[in-house]
Amino acid sequence: MATTYPLQIVNLLAAILLLISFAMLSQRRVVGLVTLFAWQGAALASSTAIIAWSTGQHHLYYSAGLTLLLKVIAMPWFFYRLVRKLDINRDVEPMLNNTATMLIGIALVIFAFNLALPISQMAGTVTRSTLGVAMACVLLAFLMMITRTKALPQVIGFLAMENGLFFAATSATYGMPLVVELGVALDVLVGVFVLGIFFFQIRETFDSLDLKHMEKLREK
Amino acid sequence: MIAATAWLLLGVAGLILVPRLPAISKPVFLLGALVGVLVGATALGFLGAPAETAVLVIGLPDLPFHLRLDNLTAIFTLILGFASAGISLYATGYFHSGHDRPSGLLCLEYHLFLGSMLMVLLADDAYAFMVAWELMALSSYFLVTTDHAIPEIRRAGFLYLLMAHVGAVSLLLCFGVLQGGHGAYTFAYMRQAQMTPYWASIAFLLALFGFGAKAGLVPVHVWLPEAHPAAPSPVSALMSGIMLKTAIYGLLRVTFDLLHLQISWWGSLTLALGLITALYGVIFAAVQSDMKRLLAWSSIENIGIILAGFGLTVIFSADGKGMLAALALTATLYHAVNHAFFKGLLFVGTGSVLHATGTRQMGGLGGLIRTMPWTAWLTLIGALAIAGLPPLNGFVSEWLLLQAFLLTPGLHQNYLNMVIPVAAASVALAAALAAYVMVKFYGVVFLGQPRDPSLKDAHEAGWLQRLGMIWLALGCILLGLLPTQFIGWMAPTVKQLTGQSLVNDGSWLMLAPVNAERASYSPLIFLAVVLVALALTFLFVRKVYHGRVRRADPWDCGFPEQTPRMQDSAEGFGQPIRQIFQAFMRVERETPTPFDRTPHYHGASVDKIWTLLYLPIARVAGWLSEQAGRLQHGRIQWYLIYSFATLIFLLVFTQ
Repeated sequence: MATTYPLQIVNLLAAILLLISFAMLSQRRVVGLVTLFAWQGAALASSTAIIAWSTGQHHLYYSAGLTLLLKVIAMPWFFYRLVRKLDINRDVEPMLNNTATMLIGIALVIFAFNLALPISQMAGTVTRSTLGVAMACVLLAFLMMITRTKALPQVIGFLAMENGLFFAATSATYGMPLVVELGVALDVLVGVFVLGIFFFQIRETFDSLDLKHMEKLREK
Repeated sequence: MIAATAWLLLGVAGLILVPRLPAISKPVFLLGALVGVLVGATALGFLGAPAETAVLVIGLPDLPFHLRLDNLTAIFTLILGFASAGISLYATGYFHSGHDRPSGLLCLEYHLFLGSMLMVLLADDAYAFMVAWELMALSSYFLVTTDHAIPEIRRAGFLYLLMAHVGAVSLLLCFGVLQGGHGAYTFAYMRQAQMTPYWASIAFLLALFGFGAKAGLVPVHVWLPEAHPAAPSPVSALMSGIMLKTAIYGLLRVTFDLLHLQISWWGSLTLALGLITALYGVIFAAVQSDMKRLLAWSSIENIGIILAGFGLTVIFSADGKGMLAALALTATLYHAVNHAFFKGLLFVGTGSVLHATGTRQMGGLGGLIRTMPWTAWLTLIGALAIAGLPPLNGFVSEWLLLQAFLLTPGLHQNYLNMVIPVAAASVALAAALAAYVMVKFYGVVFLGQPRDPSLKDAHEAGWLQRLGMIWLALGCILLGLLPTQFIGWMAPTVKQLTGQSLVNDGSWLMLAPVNAERASYSPLIFLAVVLVALALTFLFVRKVYHGRVRRADPWDCGFPEQTPRMQDSAEGFGQPIRQIFQAFMRVERETPTPFDRTPHYHGASVDKIWTLLYLPIARVAGWLSEQAGRLQHGRIQWYLIYSFATLIFLLVFTQ
């Protein structure tokens, strides 16, 4: 019975993760989005830590710490600063209205669970039931990237997708090797910095961070 | 191999040193020529010896380069070495003077080109072959686009690159078929692979297309008349004289060495295509008014003749007639060697004219034999050789080829027996038209009166350029005068491919393939007779007829004011051919009205294959890419949706 309580907590955290994904999908303010992203990171970090504690996989502690450091503290802080500097905390108009987005999201979740079923039967981990949640998170984050027109929400969507993948890796195989994880974390960090620089450049060129202005760049 | 490295090192040295020290380019090109002579001499010394192989460690891990030197390689290395020596010698002078001062990059590309051609000949696995082949295509592409500031040259370069890659893809597929499921890409394995005639035919067709695209086989010849005029003259000489031969080499290698069987209809197909190419090339050469374009079309014609000889070899070989196959193959190889020398000579001669006068348009030239006697006389040797006049080398190979044609009755296929005389007639027609083309080329450019007053100041080529031309001309003369000697050198190659070598029924003085009673040719005696006849005529005219000469103005048709511009022009000379073969080309002409104060004439004969075959393909490709371009909205969301949809699709698919 020792493993069931942690398992239930992990399941709870997985549910929270999914909930936050939906919340991000419907959140229209950028600051709110960043906060939600931080919370998602926190849920991810704690679930990883619990899995590490219950299964005795010590390297997962490092992963959890890294996630906490990067996705809960460093990046949200960076994003808050960007929002303040660029003054972009306005309503984000999505391409689709919220209801339609939500309905598509539900369809995606069903699809993801369906998809994860055969895979999770093959996986030998105790946390395999959460695989469907992880895949749903990936797809929802992708959907968010599609429905937003501004640059910052896109980046957050991209990072949320990375969160989902990370969660999938943890639940299916107790995480990737540490080296890979370190590499991914570094990539994400560098990516965010590069994108931060790009934001300034985009705004300088187009006077806006709305990506639809980039349509001008296409070949006529 | 050492030579390839030497060329490479020279190129790199040139790249580094030339920008800083312009004077260094001369020794670099001179050394390149020296390496060429050494390569040629090595190949010559090797002929007849058993094959040598080597494995280089360079290349990808687990995929070392295999090299092999056998008689087939050696004969083509001979061409490469000796012909490139003359051209490099010429290039030493050509690139040094005037505004054509070589950049270091040009020096690198030039020597890389030479080195990669040698690698193509030496390669003994498909991987090394393709690497060298692509290196050759790319280095020559950059050489073609040396003057890339001119839009036409960029366009020509693009066309060349496109055709080179279409051909290379075909070759890649060909090697894929040839390895026959072993997964081993060395030629040694391919030789052992047993294939059904069906797959062997596919491999042959792919090879014919791939090598044909490089050689200029109709209808994949379109890049040739564009790329050759665009390149600097020594590069045109290299491309036309040597690079086209590597394609012939590849075809011989695949057909006679890698494939273990030959099927008769391959030969018939190649023969037919070769004859079409020869006639098509010579007809278009006759209507050109740009010197280098004319020579490029003439190269297509010569490649056609070589391929016809190749086709004949395959027919004989498949029919089990080893002796005749040896004869046809000897003719083919001989013509390949010859073409490298006389076409190289003509191209560099054109380069000198271009240098001196600044124009390639024959309409603006004329009478250059007075201002540029060296170039004119040396070019005359090349022109006579390519026209197939004895005692020069062009005659020997064409005569041998015709002998091979005439000996055909006796094949086991009746239809072929009936058709081949027609083929022989077309070869004869092509040869005669080639002579016509050369009369036009030489007559308009070098003879008559200068059509432009500025031509009187045209300067003669420098001594290094002359030396290069003399080297090539000497090659033409020797190949013409001593055919038995050269055929003896070719014998091991011929024996390797067909199992037999050409039997010379005559003595060392006399060339008599197969049977001395049927036909024989002795160039030295011929030369002696010609010289004696010439001397007698000269003496007769001088001694007997002299003194009865009356000098008077010729009848001027009642039109006393005649200017040099009234001479027969290049267009005028080609007009009969244009009339007769109107079906092949679309003639575009703009003639001025009689009242035009500044009359302007423009005339061009457009290749119908280009308009009928290539433009529709280009249009379809353009339409397809336009459709694909619709996917590009410029909105990042759409791109995300594309990848999202793909992801979902794949997920559903794998489920």
